Amino acid sequence: MSFVLLVEQILNGLQFGVMLFLMAAGLTLIFGVMGLINLAHGSLYMIGAFAAAATAAATGSFLLALAASLAAAAVVGVLVEMLVIRRLYDRDHLDQVLATFALILIFSEGTRWIFGSFPLFLEIPDYLSGPVSLPLGVQYPLYRLTIIAIGLVVAAGLFALIARTRIGIQIRAGEADREMIGALGVDISRLYTLVFALGAALAGFAGALIGAIQSVQVGMGEPVLILAFVVIVIGGIGSVPGALVGAILVGLTDTLGRFLLPIFFGTFMEPSAATSVGASLASMAIYVLMAAVLIIRPRGLFGAA
Amino acid sequence: MVEARSISPILSVRGLCKSFGAVTASRDVSLELAPGEIHALIGPNGAGKSTLIQQISGALTPDSGSVLLDGQDVTRLDVVQRARAGLARTFQISSLNMDDTVLQNVMLGALGRRGGRLPVFRPVMRDGALLAASAAALGEVGLTEVRAVRTAELSHGQRRQLEVAVALTLQPKVFLMDEPMAGLGVEGSQRLTGFLDGLRRRAPILLVEHDMDAVFALADRISVLVYGHIIATGTPDEIRNDPAVREAYLGEEMLP
Amino acid sequence: MQRETWTNLAILLGLLIVPLWAWVTDEPFTITLATRAVILAIAGVGLNIALGLGGLVSLGHAAFFGIGGYAMGVLASHAQAYSPLLEWPILIEGTKSMPMIWLVAIIAGALLALAIGALSLRTTGAYFIMITLAFGQMLYFFMISWPAYGGEDGLSIYVRNGFPGLNTLDPIQFFAICFTLLVLVLWLFWQVNRSAFGLALGSARQNPDRLRAVGIHPDRTLLVAFTISGAVTGLAGALFADLNRFVSPTMFSWQTSGEIMVFVILGGVGRLMGPVFGAVLFVVLEHVLGGVSEFWHIYLGAILLGVVLFARGGLIGLIAGRAVAHG
Repeated sequence: MSFVLLVEQILNGLQFGVMLFLMAAGLTLIFGVMGLINLAHGSLYMIGAFAAAATAAATGSFLLALAASLAAAAVVGVLVEMLVIRRLYDRDHLDQVLATFALILIFSEGTRWIFGSFPLFLEIPDYLSGPVSLPLGVQYPLYRLTIIAIGLVVAAGLFALIARTRIGIQIRAGEADREMIGALGVDISRLYTLVFALGAALAGFAGALIGAIQSVQVGMGEPVLILAFVVIVIGGIGSVPGALVGAILVGLTDTLGRFLLPIFFGTFMEPSAATSVGASLASMAIYVLMAAVLIIRPRGLFGAA
Repeated sequence: MVEARSISPILSVRGLCKSFGAVTASRDVSLELAPGEIHALIGPNGAGKSTLIQQISGALTPDSGSVLLDGQDVTRLDVVQRARAGLARTFQISSLNMDDTVLQNVMLGALGRRGGRLPVFRPVMRDGALLAASAAALGEVGLTEVRAVRTAELSHGQRRQLEVAVALTLQPKVFLMDEPMAGLGVEGSQRLTGFLDGLRRRAPILLVEHDMDAVFALADRISVLVYGHIIATGTPDEIRNDPAVREAYLGEEMLP
Repeated sequence: MQRETWTNLAILLGLLIVPLWAWVTDEPFTITLATRAVILAIAGVGLNIALGLGGLVSLGHAAFFGIGGYAMGVLASHAQAYSPLLEWPILIEGTKSMPMIWLVAIIAGALLALAIGALSLRTTGAYFIMITLAFGQMLYFFMISWPAYGGEDGLSIYVRNGFPGLNTLDPIQFFAICFTLLVLVLWLFWQVNRSAFGLALGSARQNPDRLRAVGIHPDRTLLVAFTISGAVTGLAGALFADLNRFVSPTMFSWQTSGEIMVFVILGGVGRLMGPVFGAVLFVVLEHVLGGVSEFWHIYLGAILLGVVLFARGGLIGLIAGRAVAHG
């Protein structure tokens, strides 16, 4: 194991982590403010990716593709919120789970109906492709580095939005006491739609960014959604800082687990056995992390006790 | 009941302290409950009565101090263990299984009283011993007629009675009653007052109550909690004439 | 209540008559569809113990369905390859005997549910949903990356496992086995619901504070229910694998968890026959809509959305009235 390889893996873990943060931030905000558990968040991720791939294919512009992903996910988010989600705020979690599961079925099959079953591809633009040289002789893909930078900028923007702006004050008030913000004269249903659209846009944006690394296909959202749940459980439901810390932890644990565990088993096992045992255990690493957090802090690292 | 104080107390709360950050909810609270007595705990809103009840019932752990039940230190026990040790509480806001029938609610109490493993392959509604205990408790509070009714369909007053009936099935060493009169009309309060008056012979009652008529009619002793601290304990007459108590209650409620 | 009893009997009778009619008219495919519905119903009854009686919204029941499936796959694959499962410290051979496989599937499902439940029940509400979903996904990825039993491709079992005195390859006989097990599992659900344990479980669902106040631990009660639930769903997994003569990590996927929950809800949560009705409806929809359109999941989604938004209490609730039968 070389130092350069390790740094590269750590950066991969960070990149994975910030992408998970974009998903988890929206989910945790929607839960914190509206008390809604939204399984269809992964569909918004997928919609963002498809919108980006289709726009890039039509216009050739990556920036337009990113803009399209934000717009499409936000618009679908607003529509879904107004047509379905808003009827679920007063329902129990079971109804929320079922209704949003139904939305996954509708969105996934709808997308397959429009775009077919074959994956689409979103090309990384020339100006973001190729490696860059970092200090200490590390070479790293510019695009992945850009994702890390964008993710951190979005995180900073989100913190500023929540800490500094009027909307942020309303969001925090809503997390503290849902009845109270009505009394403060805030238009609750507008606030809810706005928060949902914000979460949707972040998910769609994440889908587009990752769409350029992986293929764009139906069903791409749900594995990410479940990882985002793991992030939220670790960070604490409703906490945006918790989502950031949880996301980075999960990203690093998963990436480094896949990298280091086979090497570790290789020190005392045959190479092929070490690879398979290492890979099997690495696939469980983040869930073991989640279980450990549950045992120590059942409400998550940043959750209220 | 003055002589009761020399007998060893059933429930003894010693020096309880509890803070939430900068807010002190309980400050060196001590009180005792002797056999056969009704000891009322009163205090203005926000005095820390709920926090105190939670520490006695086991829902909250005090920062310092201890709770003794029949000589046994239960300070570190949780709600379930304290219930098993003989503490029966009723809730300020009726806390019942609303989808179940009235009978099922008291059966649950009788089941808890019996303890042990819960059988999976025997119909609970054919368990003669549990049924007898439940029927007795329902009869005592006067809910026999509505035993097959879904609890959600009961009136507020009936729910208060059912709360008490569940506590009866537990056959506890101590009753901890959190505002049992809350929301009852004058007539309902008077009836419950009469009932509790007789109940003290079975087990002493720590009664947290806002209804001053009931408190002064029932209590052998009264403790007054203000800002998390007990400022006075004494007989109803002593409390009525205590200057500190009168000051604390000035403009709040009239002491009869 | 009375009307629900009649509805229940009608459903069960219908589920018996259709495959018998198909047997008479020699339509084995219909029998297989009915068998599929019966097996999915068993999985649903399993979930209904946790979800309907205990109020535990588990989105990870695919874990127990999957482990039951792999109990069958692993045992049968060793038997068909004549290689022992374990040689040291004790010799464990594979088996092609259904009762043995069921026993292993039930125990495996129970143990896994005990472990997942013990961790997940440290929390409640939305956390519980996310955590059960995550543990299900963990097993899915583990099965994919573990190469010993087929990895992503799964395992094929060439001949259906045997049951003493029956020809399990005959569709109607295999159906009879599964139907009998469904009746047994329904009996178990009914017994649990009306027992002292069921009374406590109902309180753990409705009002855990009340249960604590009478001296019973809600968490332990729920954990026992979750374990029973996992055992029943594990049994369904073994049968499902035997029906298809194939197991793959798909049995562990989150969609499987979601679909099992859909059966329970479509039929009516907490109702004895809710999952049976839901599973039958699911298989019929899958067959009928699947014939109409390749994208039948859109219609399924729309129906589910409609039931959740407008028909709480499930479809049995629509037929038999709203009140849920308890005791």
